[in-house]
Amino acid sequence: MSSEQAAPLLRIEDLHVSVGERDILRGVDLTIEEGETHVLLGPNGGGKSTLLNTIVGIPGYRVTHGRIVFKGVDLAGLEIDERAQLGIGIAFQRPPAVRGVKLRQMLEVAARSELTPDTVADLDETLSLGHMLDRDVNMGFSGGEAKRSEMAQLLAQMPDLALFDEPESGVDLDNIAVVGGAMNSLLKGEERISERRRAGLIITHTGHILEFVNADVGHVLYNGRLACKGNPLDLIEEISSHGYDKCVECALCQTLA
Amino acid sequence: MSDVSLSPGAEARLAEIRAAAEAAADRPAALGPDIDITRFRTVSEADTIASLDSLERQVKETVLLSGFTADETERSASYFQMDRTPIYERVQKAFDDAIEIMSTEEALKLYGEEMLEKYWWRAVDPGKDKYTAIVALHQTEGYFIRIKAGRKVEKPIQACLFVSESDVSQNVHNVIIVEDGAEANVITGCNIHTDVKEGLHAGISEFYVGRGAKLTFTMVHNWAEDFSVRPRTGIVVEEDGIYINNYVLLKPVKSIQAFPVAKLVGDRSTAVFNSIVYGLKDSVIDLGSETQLIGENTRSEAVARTVSMDRSTVYSRGRLIGRTNTCKAHLDCRGIVQSAESTQWAIPDLASEGAPGAELSHEAAISPIAAEEIYYLMTRGLPKDEAVSMITRGFVSIDIPGLPDVLRKQIDKAIEETSKEAM
Repeated sequence: MSSEQAAPLLRIEDLHVSVGERDILRGVDLTIEEGETHVLLGPNGGGKSTLLNTIVGIPGYRVTHGRIVFKGVDLAGLEIDERAQLGIGIAFQRPPAVRGVKLRQMLEVAARSELTPDTVADLDETLSLGHMLDRDVNMGFSGGEAKRSEMAQLLAQMPDLALFDEPESGVDLDNIAVVGGAMNSLLKGEERISERRRAGLIITHTGHILEFVNADVGHVLYNGRLACKGNPLDLIEEISSHGYDKCVECALCQTLA
Repeated sequence: MSDVSLSPGAEARLAEIRAAAEAAADRPAALGPDIDITRFRTVSEADTIASLDSLERQVKETVLLSGFTADETERSASYFQMDRTPIYERVQKAFDDAIEIMSTEEALKLYGEEMLEKYWWRAVDPGKDKYTAIVALHQTEGYFIRIKAGRKVEKPIQACLFVSESDVSQNVHNVIIVEDGAEANVITGCNIHTDVKEGLHAGISEFYVGRGAKLTFTMVHNWAEDFSVRPRTGIVVEEDGIYINNYVLLKPVKSIQAFPVAKLVGDRSTAVFNSIVYGLKDSVIDLGSETQLIGENTRSEAVARTVSMDRSTVYSRGRLIGRTNTCKAHLDCRGIVQSAESTQWAIPDLASEGAPGAELSHEAAISPIAAEEIYYLMTRGLPKDEAVSMITRGFVSIDIPGLPDVLRKQIDKAIEETSKEAM
């Protein structure tokens, strides 16, 4: 990289991804700069989770064309943990239960063994982890507990790019506020806009989470492509009144895309 | 026994035991590979020691892996047998009047009549097979532990049976009596010196849990690749009594076959068997437990976690026999096979004998670690091999309710050591 400062944090170029025999993504282009928060909208089965899983590097999501470049590094061939070490983190929509592995251990792993009792106390206070800390991670967690646990792990990890797969799904309003607050502190911190470095990519269906997190850019992933781009709240309003089909045809999208 | 004068009844009982054993001297066991026991000579005498500190360093380090510590501050009593000699037996001052600890030979001298009437070969049949026979005919001590009625001893009692020579058989006979209302935690480690290669450990254990009494028996086995082990264990639990058996095997062994039998004779009595087994190298491991639910409202649970690697073969058995309408019991055995050259069997076995109301169930599974669990840990930055090892450790870290902290730590430590070596 000759001009590292100018390189975006994440650059996705003409990305095609297949899962099994199915082509899910058919030419996605996306650039996320440091400090930016993007929102990914789109109908079920449109490929939103596929995009996140591909960035993270989950096997089975096969890149057939194009590339993902993070901090100037082409992610092709990098294992999940290597991508995490580079600074990519994810909060899953439905994280798997792992028998015998406690949430506390997950936090230790995420914090790269730098987990201090103070950090744990902070996380506990922010996310009311309480007895969850010493339970098997996600084993019998309620919807809200699972999301809070995912947020705690991201806050312990402090990735430069945080991916959130439907952070508000299956969660009551109280928990959305808690999860949104945690997302905000991860993405925005206390710093001024010009000093923000961490970036986010949020999948949301309802947009509820945007009441708590200020997003900069919204995208609609439709038929395997990013069909339009715009102000996230405007897009959500458009989609809720006219549906995705109409939304991607609208003049606003056509000009911005 | 020659220097003790016994009643004609007791003498007759001894003769009966001898006759049963002699008849079984060549009888192979029902399970497990057959062993030519004539190849081994009996273990030798060793010198007694004044304190556990005078054990040689290597011995101390080995036995520590199975929970036996020379620093006795966290223990209420200790028994250490080297080969055939009880070289150390001591009860900590605070528990002087609560615990008796000695070799079974000494116990027979002191309590011959009582032992023969109630405890000696009463829970295990001397004529079962050649391994019970070799112990009955060529016994090399073993421990006798008695906890007096009503005494609840929280600090663990530790016992270690150590083999320091090759090509020998150690034939121990152990008896634990927890009298009515008493409670005890016993940690036993069976170990061999790192220089020892081939050998046999035949161990008879008879445990008697009195009314309202509780015995937690934790055994960490530490054998070697050419060592064979044939324990034979019988447990009798009276009314409201609780027996908890925790078994941990984390080292290679040539072969081990054990199938302890708990008889819940008293109403509302309980037996719990937890086991954590790693099959390593060429080990042949055949382990299980049987609970006979005889009294009213008896309960039992057996939880087994098995990880097999290398070229090991592991049988994980569990048998529940319900003989009363009000009994309830469950088996839970899960295994992970981590090598294409390893074989694992899960064999749950349930029987209701004339007890239409008995509720017996089992859950047996052999399956790999789910890939998505591994990926999940990797997304937090953990390399794949470390993720697998962490999940495997979690898989075997079964929650054992009521397990004393010191035992929990001991088991965690042993698992930790093993996974470090396996990496």
